[in-house]
Amino acid sequence: MNLSEKTLKYIDGLIPRYPQKRSAMLMVLHAIQEEQGFLSKDAIEWTAQKLEVVPMAVYEVVTFYPMFRQAPIGRRHVKVCRTLSCALRGAYKVCDSLQHELGCGLGQTSADGNYTVEFVECVAACGSAPVVIVDDKLHENITPEKAPDFAAKIKKETTVSLPPSRY
Amino acid sequence: MPATERRIIYRHIDEPGYTTDLVCYQRHGGYEILRKAIQRQPEELVQEVKDSGLKGRGGAGFPTGVKWGFLDRKSGKPVYLICNADESEPGTYKDRQIIYKDPHQLIEGTVLSAFAIQARLAFIYIRGEMFGGFTILERAIEEARAANFVGNNILGSGYSVDIIVHRGAGCYICGEETGLIESLEGKRAYPRIKPPYFPAVLGLYNCPTIVNNVETLCQVKHVLDMGGKEFAKIGVPGDSGTHIWGLSGHVAKPGYYEIESGKATVRDLLYDFGGGPPAGRTIKAIIPGGVSMKILRMGEKFKVKLPDGSPGEWGVLDIPLDSGSFAQCGTSLGTSGMIFMDDTTDMVEALANLNAFYAHESCGQCTPCREGSLWLKKITTRVCDGGGRMEDIDLVKTIADQVAGRTICAHGEAVAWPCQSNVPKFRDEWEAKIRAQIHAREHPEGAATTARTGLRLV
Repeated sequence: MNLSEKTLKYIDGLIPRYPQKRSAMLMVLHAIQEEQGFLSKDAIEWTAQKLEVVPMAVYEVVTFYPMFRQAPIGRRHVKVCRTLSCALRGAYKVCDSLQHELGCGLGQTSADGNYTVEFVECVAACGSAPVVIVDDKLHENITPEKAPDFAAKIKKETTVSLPPSRY
Repeated sequence: MPATERRIIYRHIDEPGYTTDLVCYQRHGGYEILRKAIQRQPEELVQEVKDSGLKGRGGAGFPTGVKWGFLDRKSGKPVYLICNADESEPGTYKDRQIIYKDPHQLIEGTVLSAFAIQARLAFIYIRGEMFGGFTILERAIEEARAANFVGNNILGSGYSVDIIVHRGAGCYICGEETGLIESLEGKRAYPRIKPPYFPAVLGLYNCPTIVNNVETLCQVKHVLDMGGKEFAKIGVPGDSGTHIWGLSGHVAKPGYYEIESGKATVRDLLYDFGGGPPAGRTIKAIIPGGVSMKILRMGEKFKVKLPDGSPGEWGVLDIPLDSGSFAQCGTSLGTSGMIFMDDTTDMVEALANLNAFYAHESCGQCTPCREGSLWLKKITTRVCDGGGRMEDIDLVKTIADQVAGRTICAHGEAVAWPCQSNVPKFRDEWEAKIRAQIHAREHPEGAATTARTGLRLV
C-alpha cells in the first residue's frame, strides 16, 4: 500500500479523535478511495491493520455502502438522482441523454475511460430537481432540455491528464 | 390574505451578503445565546426544552425534551450527542440549506444541546454525498474552536465539548438512529432492536446517546433564546414552533418556506407559496412529508375534529400544516418535504419508483423487509412494463401488510405505507392500466399498445 504522505498524515490524525479506532472506518475508507480511486484488497487489509479489526470487518463495510467501490471508474463520475421528485421532473430522460452524449451505458464507463454514468437515490436537493452530482459537486435544475449542453460542459472540462475520479 | 412565512431557523438563509463564516454569524448575534445559556444549570435548559413542547424534526416527531429525559444518568458512562445530518428521506432538503448556508447556527445548537445533556463529545453524521457541506462544517468548527465556542473550557464555564464531523457513505438506513450508531461504530448500518438498545440507555459504544436532527438542534437554540414557555406559544398546541416546508415535484415554484405550525393550509402552501400546479395541469396527489408517509388523493374527504372540538370535514387542500391535523387525515407531516403530482403522473409508476428506492435501501437484516421490498419492486415494475395481472393489485397490498410491524426498524413501515395507501386510493388506475395490458396481450394484432408513453418514473 502506497499512500501519499498527506493522506497518511490525515488518517493518523483522524483515528485518535474517536473514542474507538473502529469508528474511523468510513472516514479512513473515504480518504483512501479519494486518493486511489477505489478500494483494493490491499486497501482493505491495510485498513484492517490500522483499525485493529479483522479484514472481514472492513470488507463487509465496503460492500454495504453504495459510495465505496472495489474497481476503478472513469475520470468523471456522473451520478443522476432517480428518486421520485427528480423523476417527476424528467430524471430518466436526463440520464438517457447523458449516457448518449457521454457514450456509455448505465453503470458503465465510456470506452475512452472518461465517464461513468450511474443512477443514485435521493441526494436531498429535491427543490431543484432534476439534480446530477459530478465527482463531488452538485448541479441543480438539469432538465432534459439542458442535459445535452450539460454533457458538453462536462466533456470540455475533461482532459486525458485528469486522474480517475476519486469520488 | 395570502399566508406568510415566519422565518426563525431560516432567518438568514439566502439573505444577500450573509456568509458561512464566524464573523458574519456573530454580526447577526451569533453565539450570544450560548454565552448566556452556558452560565445556567443544564437541568434548567432541559426543562426549557420540555416546556417548549418541541417535537423532533427528523420525521418521527418525537418530543425532544422527553427524549432527553430518557437519558440514563445512573450508569456513570459518558453521554454522547449525535446530530443526524444524514438527510436522505426523498422529498426532504431542509437540513441541506442549514448546513451549507448557516453552519454556525447548527454548531451553536449542537453545543447548547450537548451542554444541556452534559455530553463531552458530539458528532455530526453528515451524508457522504454532501462533500461541500462537510468541508463547510469542518471549517466552521475550526473557527468556533479558535473563538472558544467549541473545545475546552468553553467561555470560561468549565464545560468542554468537542464536535467531530463524520461522513456517511450513501445509505438511507443511516438516517435511522440505531443504524446511524452502528455506522458510527464502523460497522454496517444494521438498526438495533429496541428494547434493549434504546439510544438514551444503550447507544454509541453502549453508552447513553441522544440522536437529534439538524433542524431540531437549531430549534433548540431558539427555544433557549425565547424560553420554553414563550416558544410553546408559536404555532398550535401540540405542535409548537415552525416547520420548514420543502416543495418538490409538479409545482410551479419548488422551494422551501418556513411557516408557523398550523397557521397555513396545504392550499396556501400550493398556491401562495408554490405558485400552483404547472401551467395547464391539475394536482392529482400529494405526499405530505417525505415519501414514506401515506399519499393523499385530491378529492378525498376527512372527518375531523376541529380545534374548537366540533366535528368537521376537510378536503386535502384544507388540511392545516401541523402534525395533529395530518394525523387526523391518516398520514403524517414527517420531515415536511411535500411532493406534488399532477394529472400527467402514472400512479403505478410513481409507486414503482419508490419501491425501487426501498428495495435498494433495505439493509437486508430482517427477512420481511429485505424480501418484501424486492418483491414489491419486481411486481410494480412488471406492471409498468406491460406484464400486469389483475391479482397483482391485491398482491402488492398483501405483501406490504406483511412487512409493516414485522421488522426491527421503521424501514418496514416506510416500505409498506406507500403501497398500503397508493393501492386502495388509486385502485381505479391500477385496474385500468392492467385491463389495457391484458387486452393488448390477448389481441396482439390490435392497435392497443402498452408501450410506455410520457414521463418515465421507473
